[in-house]
Amino acid sequence: METKFVPGPTIVEETGNDMKRPEGLAGNLKYGILGILFGIVFVKAEIVSWFRIQEMFRLQSFHMYGVIGSAIAVAMLSVWIIKRFKIKTIAGEDVVFHTKTFRPGQVYGGLLFGLGWALTGACPGPLFAQIGAGYVVVIVTLLSAIAGTWVYGYFRDKLAPR
Amino acid sequence: MDLLELIRKPWPWYVAGPLIGLTVPALLLVGNKSFGISSSLRHICAACVPAGLPFFKYNWRDGIWNLVFVTGILIGGFLTVQFLDNPNDMEIAPQTVADLKALGVNSFSGLMPSDIFSVANLFNLKGFIFFVVGGFLVGFGTRMAGGCTSGHSIMGISNLQGPSVVATCCFMAGGFAMTHLFLPYIMQLF
Repeated sequence: METKFVPGPTIVEETGNDMKRPEGLAGNLKYGILGILFGIVFVKAEIVSWFRIQEMFRLQSFHMYGVIGSAIAVAMLSVWIIKRFKIKTIAGEDVVFHTKTFRPGQVYGGLLFGLGWALTGACPGPLFAQIGAGYVVVIVTLLSAIAGTWVYGYFRDKLAPR
Repeated sequence: MDLLELIRKPWPWYVAGPLIGLTVPALLLVGNKSFGISSSLRHICAACVPAGLPFFKYNWRDGIWNLVFVTGILIGGFLTVQFLDNPNDMEIAPQTVADLKALGVNSFSGLMPSDIFSVANLFNLKGFIFFVVGGFLVGFGTRMAGGCTSGHSIMGISNLQGPSVVATCCFMAGGFAMTHLFLPYIMQLF
């Protein structure tokens, strides 16, 4: 089943999808496999644990700093290699990188997310892993996060004029 | 089997961090996808309750990869607990245990404290603050900031984006403020 779509120019940045050729549902399954591997790492390294997040914000363990720091280092080196050697995607397309512009929302929204991160012990990714790991009440947290996103969309023009 | 035993143990940061970092080139090279997870919440809004809002008027089908990815994360969490679970209790820093005990957290087994994240708290004030308010702040804040730990802290910083550094500093500042300024008061409510 192929889905046909024309990416709108202003929206591309938000979906993070710069592949020109449509992939269809079967093509999207490979992101499911990457997601499964990612979820396994999340739980095995206990990144999804509320306790690990508390350790981090209390500066009582190096674990989370090590995880995030080494993740950034490896990602940064990879991005540099892709740019330096102009490596193409497996479909032969040029890899697209996005520049971000400063907005006040990055500060205010960032602080609000930080408050929620320490309460829930999760950023959006770990929410999904926590549910999978059997913490069913986190479904409520996820639904509330979706509601929060929706309310932001509702008030966006008043909160962060572009 | 020794290998399985090794995998079952908690993975150290120097194994997990680089694997998470490799997600960035994997997504870029497999399908020109920029790593970012909080967008999935926006796609869900756009697909299910767009309500005519301009912010949700875009082709969310472009983001199906992201929805499949987060579904994978959920399945990965399930598979880990079913087949690769650590047989021993989690080792939490003793100082953190002491600090949390002082705040009134008494359960230290599993990934999450059961005296907070249990079904029994679904309809009381504790549940309201930790699930409903906490989740709302995560969803609202990440979208207002234009990304979360993955989109800003990992993808953005590795692409040398100044705004992502600012956002990440604010994520941390918010977390420190909640942990040290507000949590002591919140825990006194129960």
